[in-house]
Amino acid sequence: MRFFFFHLMPYAPLDLDYDKTHKSAWVTLPNSYYDPELGSDLYNRYLDELEYADELGFEGISVNEHHQTAYGMMPCPNVFAGMLARRVKQAKICILGRALPVLSNPLSVAEEFAVLDNITKGRIITGFVRGIGAEYHALAVNPTESHARFHEAHDLIVQAWTKPGPFAYEGKYYHFPYVNLWPRPYQKPHPPIWVPSQGSKETIEFAAAKDHKYVYLQTATPAATLFKYMQAYRDEANRQGYEASPDQLGWSVKIYVAETDEIAKREAKPHVEAFVNKFLRMPVEMLLPPGYTSIQSMKGVMAAKQTITGGARTIDDLMEQGTFICGSPATVRAKLEEYQHKGGFNIVMAGLHFGTLPAELTRKNMELFAREVMPHLKNRVPDGYRPVAAE
Amino acid sequence: MARETAAQETVALADAAVAPREEYITIDGCKTFLLRGGKGQPVLFLHGARGGGNWLPFMAKLADSHEIIAPEHPGFGRSDAPDWWDNIHDLAYFYLDLIKTLKLEHVHLVGSSLGGWLATEIAVRSTAKLASLTLIGAAGLHIKGLARPDTFLWTQEEATRALFHDQALAEKMLGQPVSDEELERQMKNRFAAARMSWAPRLYDPHLHKWLHRIDVPTAIFWGKQDQYIPTAYAERFAELIPGAQVQYFDKCGHLPQVEQPEAFAKALESFIRRAA
Repeated sequence: MRFFFFHLMPYAPLDLDYDKTHKSAWVTLPNSYYDPELGSDLYNRYLDELEYADELGFEGISVNEHHQTAYGMMPCPNVFAGMLARRVKQAKICILGRALPVLSNPLSVAEEFAVLDNITKGRIITGFVRGIGAEYHALAVNPTESHARFHEAHDLIVQAWTKPGPFAYEGKYYHFPYVNLWPRPYQKPHPPIWVPSQGSKETIEFAAAKDHKYVYLQTATPAATLFKYMQAYRDEANRQGYEASPDQLGWSVKIYVAETDEIAKREAKPHVEAFVNKFLRMPVEMLLPPGYTSIQSMKGVMAAKQTITGGARTIDDLMEQGTFICGSPATVRAKLEEYQHKGGFNIVMAGLHFGTLPAELTRKNMELFAREVMPHLKNRVPDGYRPVAAE
Repeated sequence: MARETAAQETVALADAAVAPREEYITIDGCKTFLLRGGKGQPVLFLHGARGGGNWLPFMAKLADSHEIIAPEHPGFGRSDAPDWWDNIHDLAYFYLDLIKTLKLEHVHLVGSSLGGWLATEIAVRSTAKLASLTLIGAAGLHIKGLARPDTFLWTQEEATRALFHDQALAEKMLGQPVSDEELERQMKNRFAAARMSWAPRLYDPHLHKWLHRIDVPTAIFWGKQDQYIPTAYAERFAELIPGAQVQYFDKCGHLPQVEQPEAFAKALESFIRRAA
C-alpha cells in the first residue's frame, strides 16, 4: 500500500451557523465570512502540515483546486505546489487536480506543470479533473461544454509536453498557432497524470484507456460504491486488452487515528461532521449544473431533491458507509486491509485533516498514522498484484 | 412550457376549434418537432428556456385568422440536438433556414424570453421574410449594474413561483405530478437553455450594436411584475429597435401569454393586424 497525504485547506474558522442564512459554503457565501488575519495564519499552518507529511515519510503530498468557497482555499493549486517545491525534499508533490474546463488557457497549465516538474526534478504528479459542478457557477464556464473542453484541454497539454514544438493546435475551443513549451517537462515522456473522480462512467473509461493508463483516484465514496468503480476500471482495461495494475487505482478517504477507538471517535466527531454537513453543503442546483453529468444520473438526484449531504450525517453514518475511517491504529489497519482486499487498489490518499480539525489533533493524527499504520501496510499489496504494464 | 399547460387550465380557454398538427421536419440535419394550426399569415412562435411544444390558448385564438407555427428549438423537447448546435447564433441561422424551407412569407415572429432573444438574433440577420417582430419578456441584452436573478440556482419551485404574479397559477403548476418522461424533458430543456445562455448569462454582448437593423414593426410585451427580466429591459429594447412600442401587462409576471392569455391574444392580434 502506498500512502499519500491530502489537504483541502478549508477555512476552519468559518462561522458554522452560516447555514441559518445561506444555502451553501460555496459560490454565494459572502466573503465577509473570511478574516484575512485568521486566514493568513491558517495558510501557513496548512503548508507546515504538508511539509510535515514529507518528514513523516509519505510518498507524496497533495494539493487541490476549488473556487470561491470556504470548503477549500486553494484556487490556484500550482501556486501552492510552487511554494512546496523548494522545501519538500523527498515526497512527490501531487496537484489533484487542475479543473481544466473552467480554466481559460490550458496551455498555461501545461507550462506551469512543466516548470514545477523541472524545479522538483520530476517529483510532481499532475491531476486532470473537470472540477465539481459548483466551479461552473463560480467561474461562469458553460457546464454543457465540460466534457468536450476537458478532452480537448487534455489533448493539448499532453501534446504540448510530448510533441516537438513549435506546432499549431487547432481545436474547437482552443486554438494556438504556436505550441512550443519552454521548459519541456523533466519526466519522460511527461509527468504522471492522475484522474480523481466521483466515478462517472466517462471518466473511468477515459482514465483506463489503453493509451492513457492514468491512475484513477476515487473520491468521496461509500465503500460499496468504491469497489464497484474499481471493478469498472479493471473491466474497462480488460475490454481494451490489458490488465490493470493495483498501482493504477487509488482511494481518497478521510482517516482519523487515535490511541483507542473511543478517543478517536470522540476527537474526530465535531470536525468530520462539520466537514460533511457545513463545508460540503450545497443545493443540488449548484452541485449539478445542466450538462455536468448525464441526464439519467441527474434525474435521479433531482427527483430525490437532495442536497449533497442528503440531510445531516453523523460520524456513525460516515463510518458505517466507509466514507470515513476512524479508530485505533489496529482498527484503521484492519479497515484499510479489508478495503484493499475488496477494492484491489494500492494507493491510499489519506485526508488526515478535515473540516475544523485543530492543529494539534491534525499533527497527532498524522504522527500516529505514519508510525502505527503506514509501516505495517507498506508491503501489503492486493492479491495477484502486478505492476503497471509497459506500453 | 410543458408545465405551463397546467396553469392554462385555470384560465378561460379561448376558442380551441382549430386543432394543431404535430409534425417533424428535418432542417440542417436536425429533426425538428413543430405544431402547426390555422390558416392565414404565418405566426412563428419561439418558446423560452423552459421549452415549448404546447398548443397555448392564445395560439388557438390566433389560429382563427393566422397559421401558427410553434417549433421546439434544436436541442429542446422532441427536437434533436445536432452537432452544430453550440450557441444562439446557430439557432438564428437555423430559423432563417426553416423559414426558407417552409417557404414562409410575411412572417410574424413572436418570441418569449430566450425565444425573444432568439427572435432578435434572427431579425438583425435578416428581416426579408418578416412582417413584424414581437418580443415578450425577452432576454438578449445586458444592462450593466442592474442585478438579475441567477435562475440556474433556483429550485424548480422557486423558478415556477417567480414566473407568475398570480401565485395561484404557480400553486396549480407545482401541484401537478411530474412523470418520468416529463422530468426527462425538463432536464433536456434545462441542458439546452444552459448551452445557449450560461455565459454570458442570457445575453449576447454584441447584440445591442445591431438592433438598429431591425426595420419591421416591433412590439415589446412585458409583464410589469416580471421577476426574471425586469422591465428596464423593455425600455432598453425600445431605445435600440427603431419604432418599437412597449406594452405592459399589469399584475403579470414573465409570461403574459400564459398568465393573461385573453389580453395578450388581443394585444398581439391587434398589433400584427396593423403590421400586416
